[in-house]
Amino acid sequence: MTLQSLAQILASGLLMGLIYALIAAGLSLIFGLMDVVNFAHGEFLMLAMYATFGIFAATALDPVLATPIVVGAMFVLGAFVYLAVIRYAMRAKANIGMVQVFATFGLGITIRGLAQHFFTPDYRSIQTSWLAGHTLDLAGIFLPVPQLFGAVLSCLSFVALFFVIRRTDFGRALEATREDAGAVALVGIDKNRVFALGWGLGAALVGIAGSVMAIFFYIHPDVGSSFALIAYVTVALGGFGSIFGALAAGLLVGLVEAISATVLSPSMKAIGIYAVYLVVVFMRPRGLFGNL
Amino acid sequence: MSARLLEVRNVTRRFGGLVANADVSLVVDEGEILGLIGPNGAGKSTLFNLIAGLYPPSSGSIVFAGEEITRLSAPARCALGIARTFQVVRSFDSMSVVENVVVGALMRHAGAREARLKALETLELTGLIGRANAPAVALTPPEKRRLEIARALATHPKLLLLDEALAGLTPSEAREGVELVRRIRERGITIVMVEHVMEVVMPLVDRAVVLDLGKVLAQGLPAELVRDERVIEAYLGARHRAA
Amino acid sequence: MASQELPGRDSSAVAPRAEAGGRERERIDHDASLGSFARRRHRKLAVAALTTVAIALLPLVIHDVYLQNIIVLTLMYAALSQSWNILGGYCGQISLGHAIYFGIGAYVSTLLFVHAGLTPWLGMLIGGVFAALVALALGYPFFRLRGHYFTIATIVVAETGLLLMLNWDFAGGAQGIQIPYGPDSWAHLQFARDKLPYVYFALGFALLTWLVTFLIEDSRWGYWWRAVKDNAEAAESLGVVVFRSKMAAAALSAFFTAIGGSFYAAFVSYIDPDSVMGFQLSLLIALPAVLGGIGTLWGPALGALVLIPLTELTRSYFGGSGNGLDLIIYGVLIMVIALARPEGLTSLFGRTRKARATPQARANPEARANP
Repeated sequence: MTLQSLAQILASGLLMGLIYALIAAGLSLIFGLMDVVNFAHGEFLMLAMYATFGIFAATALDPVLATPIVVGAMFVLGAFVYLAVIRYAMRAKANIGMVQVFATFGLGITIRGLAQHFFTPDYRSIQTSWLAGHTLDLAGIFLPVPQLFGAVLSCLSFVALFFVIRRTDFGRALEATREDAGAVALVGIDKNRVFALGWGLGAALVGIAGSVMAIFFYIHPDVGSSFALIAYVTVALGGFGSIFGALAAGLLVGLVEAISATVLSPSMKAIGIYAVYLVVVFMRPRGLFGNL
Repeated sequence: MSARLLEVRNVTRRFGGLVANADVSLVVDEGEILGLIGPNGAGKSTLFNLIAGLYPPSSGSIVFAGEEITRLSAPARCALGIARTFQVVRSFDSMSVVENVVVGALMRHAGAREARLKALETLELTGLIGRANAPAVALTPPEKRRLEIARALATHPKLLLLDEALAGLTPSEAREGVELVRRIRERGITIVMVEHVMEVVMPLVDRAVVLDLGKVLAQGLPAELVRDERVIEAYLGARHRAA
Repeated sequence: MASQELPGRDSSAVAPRAEAGGRERERIDHDASLGSFARRRHRKLAVAALTTVAIALLPLVIHDVYLQNIIVLTLMYAALSQSWNILGGYCGQISLGHAIYFGIGAYVSTLLFVHAGLTPWLGMLIGGVFAALVALALGYPFFRLRGHYFTIATIVVAETGLLLMLNWDFAGGAQGIQIPYGPDSWAHLQFARDKLPYVYFALGFALLTWLVTFLIEDSRWGYWWRAVKDNAEAAESLGVVVFRSKMAAAALSAFFTAIGGSFYAAFVSYIDPDSVMGFQLSLLIALPAVLGGIGTLWGPALGALVLIPLTELTRSYFGGSGNGLDLIIYGVLIMVIALARPEGLTSLFGRTRKARATPQARANPEARANP
């Protein structure tokens, strides 16, 4: 293997890794806030892809321009899901962990069914857009422009996310609520509002990823499940609740995937991810940056 | 007094940079009730957990009934005859009251039927027999404390460790609790009880060890300790520190 | 207990045990208590026996092959979920990767039958033991993981198994294995047209897993597992070795799940990685117990009774059309039961006992009002 092809593998791995990190960040944020794993996260991704596709099909608006609309819609969806479903799952007196797992699972299956019902199980893709088909030649390393766009958006999102958590009132409310939801109520912060905003933010993050992925990936009601598994692995690898962990683990997963696709075979690329995950979790049961 | 049951020798426990117990030594004789007291943050709970086997000491050793148990796991210590309660009650909430106690009784009784009989007898002793078939979640907080004691007793311990078992009770409940502790001792079980409030334990214990800032500050008869200036100082000092 | 509420007496006056008459009375009390417990257990056995007989008689009325097929699947999932319940429900370790054990059972018995001519009866035992060993090997690293970390690890392991099987050509790869048809025979568990033998096998399987759970409920392991689930630290303080308890639950649970896999392979006579190791299967194994009542004796059977016919019927009515209605019904059902009945469907029947227990708890503080 030449140095050039190695660099090519690493570059495409990192680009994809940044997108994985973005998907995982939303999941990790929600978990850190309220100890809930959203097992409908893949379906959120799928919806964002369909939304991008739908806007494109209906108005011919380019996915790049549609992104803000999709992200806004996903924010509303996330908040709505919290208020309509998760809020009630949190009230369970028995088996609370189980209730959350299966309420979100049921939600995911329902969303998939709805997608199949309204969008049909046909495979879709956005044929023409500004970015599709372009590659950037960087000293012989070819970077597909859509993925590059996604990677840049991902970096910007992480910067914005760290800013929101560290510097804004909402971020402080998030932080305080995850520390002690009961005490927070005493200071006059509405717990439900913070949680709903948290869910909105989590869904918005996966919305960014979905709207970028719609440019270069096929769109189908089941498309979310394969990415969801990668997202769960990424979050567990980075440590549940850690945003920085999601970023680091996302990059690692992207790299490992690109390498094992070359070394093993494309159909076995997930094996590499799983193997790394299993080894890490064996040595660090709470992931690389988990501190819970 | 009679034979030595438990000996803690120069035990130190660190959590990161924090020294929770520094060079603590104490002995517990068979059949006595020993109070482990001290202001908040004195290291009582850490010492208690070291004896119960929740984690090992950083240095030092613990000997129980002539056997070195410093590195033994909690279940292994239970098998040797050490039982405990928890400061924050930890009932098994998917089970009924009697089933909670059966878990403890299975330590010495292989068969479920014998374990159940033993559990019922233990509930009788602890005054919970009327609630035997209630779900554990339905118990009131003082009842849950009794359930913890019953569960621990069902393992046939030689040494019973009570972690603030009398805290947060009304005066009449506390009196019942004191009565229960006496009854347990009458059965030949040695007791170490951690308490924060001196007034509750002093009339009950034979001897007390006062911890402060992770070290043994004083030990002796309750009557002596309540007049000991260092002890008074420690409690007052802690109150000042907290304020 | 009234005497104990009198403060300030010496202890001998408070303890009724001191009198011989008192001791006699308590003895009788405990025997009565043990007796009523035993009677409750016998009643459960009787209900199970009646249910079994009723199901065994069903095929006399239901001749339709399609409906008999649903009966077989319902019984099979009841048994599988009962097996899952041992680890997930009683011991509290939520596995969403049980498909790997199911797949091991299916592949081991099928490969042994196709390549060595070994009867599936032996094949399923070997598969079961193998699955139990795999569960122990996986449990060693995984039982240090808590909560969601454990659940995600189980998903990943099953997916890894799936990928390996998809790429393992000797075992048929993605194409899978077709079991060659032979004459109808109990020894080979092959019945070309008649579904009836499968109904009886599945019934026996469901009854077996129920009986195992029934026996466990009032045994050392049963109490230990529930203690581990409710509070591992408290369990350890009472002498329960948590790690060993989880390992035992995992091995037993995997063993019976693999038996189900072997049976399924014989039943459909064609297996491929997606149908015997896919994630959907892991979900279907866990769901009946969750919907029916996790960690309960009847939960898995009750959950399977609701879930399996419903999914089968909706799939055959809507599934082929690809309009997603089957998924919507399935998803909404899971969501609604999880939200509305967190304790599962069995809690609909347990109300009388709860109702009796709760007012007592409220009435009890009379002792506190005393002094």
